[in-house]
Amino acid sequence: MEIRVGVYVCHCGTNIAGVVDVEEVARYAATLPGVVVARNIMYTCSDQGQGVIREDIKKYNLNRVVIAACSPKMHESTFRKTLESAGLNPYLLEVANIREQVSWVHFREKEKATEKAKALVRAAVAKARLLEPLEKKIVPVERSVLVIGGGIAGIQAALDLADAGLKVYLVEKSPSLGGHMAQLNKTFPTIDCAACILTPKMVDVAKHPNITLLTYSEVVRVEGYVGNFEVTVLRRARYVNEKLCAGCGACADACPRKVPNEFDVGLSKRKAIYVPFPQAVPLKYTVDPVNCLYMKYGRCKLCVEACPRGAIDFNQKDEEVKIRVGAIIVAVGFKTFDARRVPQLGYGKYKNVITGLELERLSSASGPTGGAILTSSGKKPESVAFIQCVGSRDLKYNGWCCKIGCMATLKQAFLIKEESPETEVYVCYIDMRTAGKGYEEFYRRLRDMGVRFIHGVPSEILEDVDGKLRFKVFDQTVGRLLELRVDMVVLQTGLEPTEDFEKLRKMLNVSLNSEGFFMEAHPKLQPVEASTRGVFFAGCCHSPKDIAETVAQASAAAAKALALLSKGVVEVEPLVASVNPEICSGCEVCVGVCPYKAIRLAEHEGRKRAKVVDALCQGCGACVAACPSNALELKGFTEKQILAQIKALISEVGT
Amino acid sequence: MSYEPLVIAFLCFWCSYSGADLAGMSRMEYPANIRVIKVMCSSRVDPTHVLYALKNGADGVLISGCHPGDCHYVNGNYRTQRRAALLGEMLKQLGIEPERVRVEWVSASEGEKFARIVSDFVEELRKLGPNPLKKESVEV
Repeated sequence: MEIRVGVYVCHCGTNIAGVVDVEEVARYAATLPGVVVARNIMYTCSDQGQGVIREDIKKYNLNRVVIAACSPKMHESTFRKTLESAGLNPYLLEVANIREQVSWVHFREKEKATEKAKALVRAAVAKARLLEPLEKKIVPVERSVLVIGGGIAGIQAALDLADAGLKVYLVEKSPSLGGHMAQLNKTFPTIDCAACILTPKMVDVAKHPNITLLTYSEVVRVEGYVGNFEVTVLRRARYVNEKLCAGCGACADACPRKVPNEFDVGLSKRKAIYVPFPQAVPLKYTVDPVNCLYMKYGRCKLCVEACPRGAIDFNQKDEEVKIRVGAIIVAVGFKTFDARRVPQLGYGKYKNVITGLELERLSSASGPTGGAILTSSGKKPESVAFIQCVGSRDLKYNGWCCKIGCMATLKQAFLIKEESPETEVYVCYIDMRTAGKGYEEFYRRLRDMGVRFIHGVPSEILEDVDGKLRFKVFDQTVGRLLELRVDMVVLQTGLEPTEDFEKLRKMLNVSLNSEGFFMEAHPKLQPVEASTRGVFFAGCCHSPKDIAETVAQASAAAAKALALLSKGVVEVEPLVASVNPEICSGCEVCVGVCPYKAIRLAEHEGRKRAKVVDALCQGCGACVAACPSNALELKGFTEKQILAQIKALISEVGT
Repeated sequence: MSYEPLVIAFLCFWCSYSGADLAGMSRMEYPANIRVIKVMCSSRVDPTHVLYALKNGADGVLISGCHPGDCHYVNGNYRTQRRAALLGEMLKQLGIEPERVRVEWVSASEGEKFARIVSDFVEELRKLGPNPLKKESVEV
């Protein structure tokens, strides 16, 4: 059949046309072998642009289409649909990337950019001539989702999915749901009680018939692909039988060991058998094996004697469970910046230099002081200074904005002022960023309440003999150096990726950005999707965000997962390997190379020959390059196609 | 006319191709001497593709994939690495400078690294001079 190629060179407004001479490229494309029509179009991806292609396919009887535009990552699927709607097989398309990889990087070399665009179009036409129609693979999916992380993001995503009828496995590393939100006292700007909005949701998760809650557990292995992931979860031994434990706390009362309580950021003590906080879900006690005297020295067992239900079981072992899911939502949160890394601020050195999270615990009714904000000497502070952006927006530490610090400070300043209006409150800031619904109004309210805002970065903090903290700060607004002496300094620390991100990145084959947070497939159009299909992100592991934004993103991730799994099947690319049994010698090199065990030996005319299992093949092509007899071929990336591209890119006249 | 090296680059779609796209999105300039061929995994690149490119007059070949341990296809990039080592030996025997073939790891977030690699490579190829096979290259 005669090859009839249509070439469409996109202006992308001025994104491409401002650098590349698109008319010249289209004119040139028309001279290439097999090309019957070549045009330049202002916005090829628009309805109008796609319409032109559809009409041409019919009018010129096109059977191959080349689009020179943005990255195929952006619109290849859009244009495949264009072909399909015009009755052409969607795999008869080739995209030349002349925006991300030409006009945007060679914007000062217009002639060279135009020449390069011509070469890329030449190669795309050469490949397009060799394309073959392919049928999409349809694979069944598991209608279940794994949610990693039991903070507010994971909780919200799990509830949305479970309410929609999907089976959800929620895996949380710590003994209880809740995450960082559980540590907060109030939420901005409405001063809602954090526990009052979070704990009912935690209970909903535990009670939901569609949710399997796996706390004190970690994901250790992920295999498979979209719709069919096989996940191994390590369930750590609590040394307490969850079925028997009623959460009465008699064991903790009896436990003689006291250690710093992580939930209160070390401001209070807990026992070696504990629940992280009184509203924990599930309300089951956990033995901390590092601090338990029996686990360490083989003596004690007072908890065993105290438990009225015989729930404590030191023979428990960690166990691995396997689950199958169709999609995965990653909601593993963040950690706060360690303020000790900025020694001049005195954190860890002076008792009355604390962090925002510590103030949150101090102000909480369930916190170590029963809600009283007190200095280390147990007195109500007469003056408090907040220091913003500790570890944030500073290339020496973390370049990014923590996004919640300004509002967290305003909220905490409000809590102080509400309780004692006479307390002096200062806020030393770089910029106040209060963009959000009702946030600016809240900021104004705090100004009206008498909080003093100082536009400047403080110098070293020193402690006077009377225990007061002293520092200087140049106030840019009034152009004066101020010296402050306060009873308490609160450092608003930034948000950082945790060590777990790296492990998950490897397990899930996803990317982290340069800051170390999980990277979405597209910053604007696919903000919750990973580049690996079937994996989604929610909450601060994607980038710092507040609770409202986290909840919105979690619901978005749930909706995306639901959309993916609701049909019960997914379409996957038919770009798989195949074997020519006539050439294959049955040497099995490919069998060893394939990472998916997708190649097996099968009988062919009385001999053992390699055979690709389509459903397992992921289309990497490792086998094709490894085959010593060229008996393997990768659809969409065939030997002929690649060689044609190489030749076309080098040659001046095309092939 | 001064010599302008021509580089054929095979980029894996998951990491390096995305890294090159990110360089574009971030408007990081690099020399226009590079021509990219998209592959799903760097392990699809057969040493014969490299030889074919050199034989037909490319001055350099870049193969770029995900960082070791990060391959979207489990371990494809390790295969790329091993094949490249063997290919280097073969190039020496053929009298072609092995420096004309580079294997690099560029992740999706390393747009800046991609731009830097291309700039460095083109500069190195400028110093090396034209591919000796160029004058004998077959008529295409």
